[in-house]
Amino acid sequence: MRGVRVLVGTRKGAFVLTSDGKRERWDISGPHFGGWEIYHLKGSPADPNRLYASQSTGWFGQQIQRSNDGGKTWEAVGNKFVYDGVPGTHQWYDGTPHPWEFARVWHLEPSLTDPDTVYAGVEDAALFRSTDGGQTWQELPGLRGHRSAPSWQPGAGGMCLHTILLDPTDPGRILIAISAAGVFRTDDAGKTWRPVNRGLRSENIPDPTAEVGHCVHHIAMHRSRPGVLFMQKHWDVMRSDDAGESWQEVSGNLPTDFGFPIDVHAHEPDTIYVVPIKSDSEHYPPEGKLRVYRSRTGGHEWEALTKGLPQRDCYVNVLRDAMAVDSLDSCGVYFGTTGGQVYASADAGDSWASIVRDLPAVVSVEVQTLP
Amino acid sequence: MIRVVLPAHLRTLAHVDGEVKLDVEGQATQRSVLDALEACYPMLRGTIRDHVTQQRRAFVRFFACEQDLSHEPPDAPLPDAVAMGVEPFLVVGAMAGG
Repeated sequence: MRGVRVLVGTRKGAFVLTSDGKRERWDISGPHFGGWEIYHLKGSPADPNRLYASQSTGWFGQQIQRSNDGGKTWEAVGNKFVYDGVPGTHQWYDGTPHPWEFARVWHLEPSLTDPDTVYAGVEDAALFRSTDGGQTWQELPGLRGHRSAPSWQPGAGGMCLHTILLDPTDPGRILIAISAAGVFRTDDAGKTWRPVNRGLRSENIPDPTAEVGHCVHHIAMHRSRPGVLFMQKHWDVMRSDDAGESWQEVSGNLPTDFGFPIDVHAHEPDTIYVVPIKSDSEHYPPEGKLRVYRSRTGGHEWEALTKGLPQRDCYVNVLRDAMAVDSLDSCGVYFGTTGGQVYASADAGDSWASIVRDLPAVVSVEVQTLP
Repeated sequence: MIRVVLPAHLRTLAHVDGEVKLDVEGQATQRSVLDALEACYPMLRGTIRDHVTQQRRAFVRFFACEQDLSHEPPDAPLPDAVAMGVEPFLVVGAMAGG
C-alpha cells in the first residue's frame, strides 16, 4: 500500500511523520536538530529518499542538512552562501540603503529531475542553486541584478525569498516570490528576471499598483497547468492564467483575504485551499475559529471547512510554507500551526484530525507520497 | 595540544563528545585554533565565525582562564595555560533570549 511522509519544520527542530495510505495512524520521529530553527525541509521528486533541510539559529548561523534515507539519518553539507560580486544595497525599513546580508535559507526547492540539484531561497532575498547535492552553492545573480533590486524592502519577517516554483513543462521557467518585492519570473533558467506583478494592488505601499513592492505571501501551481498560478498576498487572494503576466483578485466570499499559505488539490487544478487570518496585526483566525477555505472553482466562491478543526478559542497562525497536499486518492491536505499542531485531511478537506499536537511552533509542512 | 570546549549544539553538529583536542601549528591564537578546529571539523565553518569576513559571530563568545577573550584581536596569543593544554579554550553561545 502506498504511504505518505510528512516533513515538519518547527522553531526547535524537524519532525518526520509517516503513515500508510489510510492516513489514520502516524509514526513520529524527531526532533531532528533539536533546538535549531528548521525553516523548511523538502524531498526530491526524483528520489524520495533524498531530503534537504534548512537548519539555523541566531547563534551559529545556517546549516544545510541532507538525508539519503528518507530522514532516518542526516549529514551536514555546504553552508556557504556568498552573494555574487559586490552585494550592493536594498532599502532598509527607514528608506536608507542597506547592504545585502545573508541571514538564513527560507525555502529549499529540489529539482524535479535531478536529486543533486536544489534551489535555495534566502534572506536577504536571493536565489542560490547547488548542483552537487548541497555541497556548494552559487547565486543566480540575475535576480538581484534586476534594476529594481535597490528599491526592494523587507517585510516584517525580513526580506526573504520564500517561494520557488519550477515549471514542469519548461526547464527554463522559474517563478519566485519575495516579501516585500513581489513575484519575479525567469524564462532562461535564471539568467534574466522580470517582475510579474501586474494586477496586484497593495494599499499599504505608496503606489498601490507599483511594478514591485508587493508583499506576496505565497504562490502555488498545479503540475498539470503551470500557467495558472494562485497567490495569497498580504491582503487579497489572486489568480493568474498567464504565468503571472496579469493577476485578478479571487477573494470572493472569504471572511478575510489576509493569510499566508495557499495550495492546490493534487488532482483537481481548480480546487484550492487557504487559511483566512483576521488581519496583518492580528495573526489569528477570525472569531477564534480555525477554518480552511476551499474553492472548487479556482477562486471567487469559497466554502468553510471546519469538521475536526477547533471552532472556539483558537488563536494560532498558519505560516506561508506550512500547507501541503499528497497525491493519494482522495487527496490529502495538511497544515501546521504556530501552536504546534499538524492537521490532516484524508478526504480533500471535508474532515480533519490533528496527527500530532504540541510540537514547537510549526514553520513548514511538506508531504511526500511514497510508492 | 590545545583543548577546546564547544557548546552543545556544535558538539552535536561535529559529532563529538566532550573536549576537542587539536594540534595547532605555530603560536596559539584565536585564528590558529579556529583554523585547526575547522580543518578537523569542516561542518563548523561558518558557525563560529563568518565564512568570508572571519569575524566572530555576534552571539558567540570565547572564554579561557576565567577571562572573556571575545574582543581580543584574532592574532593575539592565547594565555600560556591554553597554549600548553592546561586550561581549555571555551567557545560559548552567548546568553540571549530572556
